[in-house]
Amino acid sequence: MIAFIIRRLIQSIGVLLLTSVLVFCGVFAIGDPIAILVPADATPAEIAQAVQSLGLDQPLWQQYVHFIGHALHGDLGRSFVFNQPSIQLILERLPATLELAFVALVLALIVGLPLGLIAGLKAGSMLDRTVMTGSILGFSLPNFWQGIMLVLIFSVTLGWLPSAGRGQLGLVFGIHTSLATWDGLRHLLLPALNLSLFKMSLVTRLTRAGVRETLPLDYVKFARAKGLRERRVIFVHVLKNILIPIVTVVGMEFGSLIAFATVTETIFAWPGVGKLIIDSITKLDRPVIVAYLLIVVAMFTVLNLVVDIIYSLLDPRVRLEAA
Amino acid sequence: MRATATFPSWRFVDRNSTLGIVLRSLFGKPAVAVATCICLALVVIALFAPWIAPQNPYDLAALNIVDGRLPPGARGASGHLYLLGSDALGRDMFAAMMYGLRISLGVGLLSGAFAMTLGTTLGLVAAYFGRYVDTLVMRAVDLMLGFPTILVALMMLAILGQGVDKVVLALVVVQWAYFARTVRAIAAVERRKEYMEAALCLGLSHRRALFSQLLPNCLPPVIVIALVQIAAAISAEATLSFLGIGLPVTQPSLGLLIANGYQQLIAGFYWISVFPGLLLLVLVFSMNIVGDSLREALNPRLQK
Amino acid sequence: MSTPTLSVQHLRTHFFTGAGVAKAVDDASFDVAPGEIVGLVGESGSGKSITGFSVLGLIDAPGRIVGGRVLFKGEDLTALTPEALRRLRGNRIAMIFQDPMMTLNPVLRIDTQMVEAVQAHARVSKHAARQRALEALASVGMPSPGERLRAYPHQLSGGMRQRVAIAIALLHDPELIIADEPTTALDVTIQAQILAEMQKLCARSHTAMVWVSHDLAVVAGLADRICVMYAGRVVETGSVDDILERPRHPYTIGLIDSLPEKARRGEPLKQIPGMAPSALHLPVGCAFAPRCPYATALCRSAEPPVSGEGVHLYRCFHPCSGARA
Repeated sequence: MIAFIIRRLIQSIGVLLLTSVLVFCGVFAIGDPIAILVPADATPAEIAQAVQSLGLDQPLWQQYVHFIGHALHGDLGRSFVFNQPSIQLILERLPATLELAFVALVLALIVGLPLGLIAGLKAGSMLDRTVMTGSILGFSLPNFWQGIMLVLIFSVTLGWLPSAGRGQLGLVFGIHTSLATWDGLRHLLLPALNLSLFKMSLVTRLTRAGVRETLPLDYVKFARAKGLRERRVIFVHVLKNILIPIVTVVGMEFGSLIAFATVTETIFAWPGVGKLIIDSITKLDRPVIVAYLLIVVAMFTVLNLVVDIIYSLLDPRVRLEAA
Repeated sequence: MRATATFPSWRFVDRNSTLGIVLRSLFGKPAVAVATCICLALVVIALFAPWIAPQNPYDLAALNIVDGRLPPGARGASGHLYLLGSDALGRDMFAAMMYGLRISLGVGLLSGAFAMTLGTTLGLVAAYFGRYVDTLVMRAVDLMLGFPTILVALMMLAILGQGVDKVVLALVVVQWAYFARTVRAIAAVERRKEYMEAALCLGLSHRRALFSQLLPNCLPPVIVIALVQIAAAISAEATLSFLGIGLPVTQPSLGLLIANGYQQLIAGFYWISVFPGLLLLVLVFSMNIVGDSLREALNPRLQK
Repeated sequence: MSTPTLSVQHLRTHFFTGAGVAKAVDDASFDVAPGEIVGLVGESGSGKSITGFSVLGLIDAPGRIVGGRVLFKGEDLTALTPEALRRLRGNRIAMIFQDPMMTLNPVLRIDTQMVEAVQAHARVSKHAARQRALEALASVGMPSPGERLRAYPHQLSGGMRQRVAIAIALLHDPELIIADEPTTALDVTIQAQILAEMQKLCARSHTAMVWVSHDLAVVAGLADRICVMYAGRVVETGSVDDILERPRHPYTIGLIDSLPEKARRGEPLKQIPGMAPSALHLPVGCAFAPRCPYATALCRSAEPPVSGEGVHLYRCFHPCSGARA
């Protein structure tokens, strides 16, 4: 087990390093590093000074080492637009995005799992077909389109929910979150729903497929042959087997939730990291872009590692084989 | 062994039945048949847009700003019928949508085609040469697939800047991995089959063996993936354009139209955003249904 | 004559697939007396396993029982409500499946799976249920049962898993056990052990048993009576001696002749030519006619009715009469 973790850890660090090299090369070798680190309106004298102080006249590999060194100290440059350290900007906005992503994930699970279960148990019925068509809609409709429709229906037409911004925050277990206030919840619902629809469809389909695959298996028949109640057969024997892969997939998809938050945050003007990166790209605020990419990739890699470990803990076959 | 053994000509028999399966799956079920017809119709419209659109929405001289924000079905100052309304600048939405469809479909097909070529070639090469090449390519694939498409696209566009070619490039980088992975899996199986051994015994060069023997047998699943990937590419490009980091304003795809209309939406002029959105929806949805149906039909495991 | 524990009467179980109707079981009848072991023998596709599942009502869609009755101590199982049937399963009628790796849930521990089997039919505490499970494992000859209970299925060997399955079947002292090829997936030595265990247990508790198998040799050593199935019908039934020494149906003869033990050294093994018909396309008349050396036009046009003497019954227009060595 420990060997497994160490191996995955080394792999993750490798991926991180590789990505940092890629980003670095992409930005510094292909792109124009001066443009990255110095605002567009600098005078030639300022540029020359920047080149000197930033060490841009040094060989590439030395620059890379400096870059990594700075990064490990938490210095990822200063934003042109906000004139703050990039990392500070990102960390300020990260909680909003994480909140959104987390609520979206929960929504996807609490709607997707039961829906998929019912669809799988009644395969071929009207209900099943409706759920399946609905799920195709869920993942083939572009994310932003779903958001627009939600705004159109619930904000413009029905006027029930606000279409932009984050509501009031409250304190729960020492964390500032929208979940604590009614106003916060009202503002949170539409964007979280928007973000979760894709995952909801995914979870529904996965659950349904899992149920259909598992139901004809021998151990389900055997469970019935033992005279167990149908409820126990479904919820203990079938569900436990399909939950493992579903949870793994969903866990890995959490990272993509954070990425897709860029779209949701743009539509709903949600003050998170996603909106920040889009604004930064359009305003060419490159230090922030670089910082965002590195942080997000790092988060991803860590996330994948954690999910891998959890999976091996959940599935006794994997765990005991590795032991 | 007869040296005159003709190469897998028996594969032609197989392909015929594959074609049969494909046609049956596309036109057998009513829902799928409708989706297929819609896809074909949209492709035709996109191809012939400049000739069949009622107005050229990008010819500034033809626009009349007085006709701006007219609801669907209204007549403009010049008597022109705005079937689906007009946008803030007086552009006929119907026409704008046709041109937008053309661009969206064009970018999607282009990036899909490149991704397919790149991915398929890499997948074939990985399966054919095995060992180090295989490991290298598959690690790259795993890496690519570990990140969500939008993140990779963001990364590419942030680094390279904006423009049609950059968008296509970003989409290709995002998509090649899907092709490579599937092709490699199939090719790895086909690679071990006897006709490949025969090809090598007869001294075919690697290139010929790869492309004239291995490739045709890996094609059906590739076609299926291509369809779904093109839909995904169209969707992705629309998202990027909507966010403002995709295609430039001079090449307005459906995504950009939707973005432009979004602000008008809150003010109640819904048609500027909703209709292009519906068109995008119909396009992507139909392609997904067709792709889904094809995939089920061509999946050997589900074939009884 | 006391009520037979199990009486299958003209059972028909059909599967309604997209490709047509598969008549997996098409008029099968046999009885099992209390304490008797009946061997249900046939090749794959003969419908023997489906017969076993039909008794317990474990046929999944697209199949269902379309005709006949299954009487358990006089009560028709096909007419029971699902809940009533559930109360019988694992309780008064138990089933042992073929491959214990597939029948034990891989992500649940052995004790979980045994405790739930106990608690499904007895209102006892978890602790008491676990005790019963422990005792059951010990009674089937499982070494260190306490450790085995805490294990997962894949940590046990094939023989041990099957002992677990048998223990589960015996938890509530059933009156009828249906064993579907329980030793096929095991090594020959383990097979012998399990067979001996089963025989002992049945003799001790007067349990009736239906032993489904494709292996006539295994069944011959264990059963009191044998029913031979072919293409969904019982083609011959009788005591073990009747079947082995005085087989009447050509298929039974073919089966016995094809046993490797019967072959003489150096001779090619005897086979029955041809293949069993698919349940989707059963031939008109006797299902065995296409492969039978004695078939006539009569055989190909009508189904042979049941004939015979006493307990030795068969379906054949031209039964063989020779005795076998």
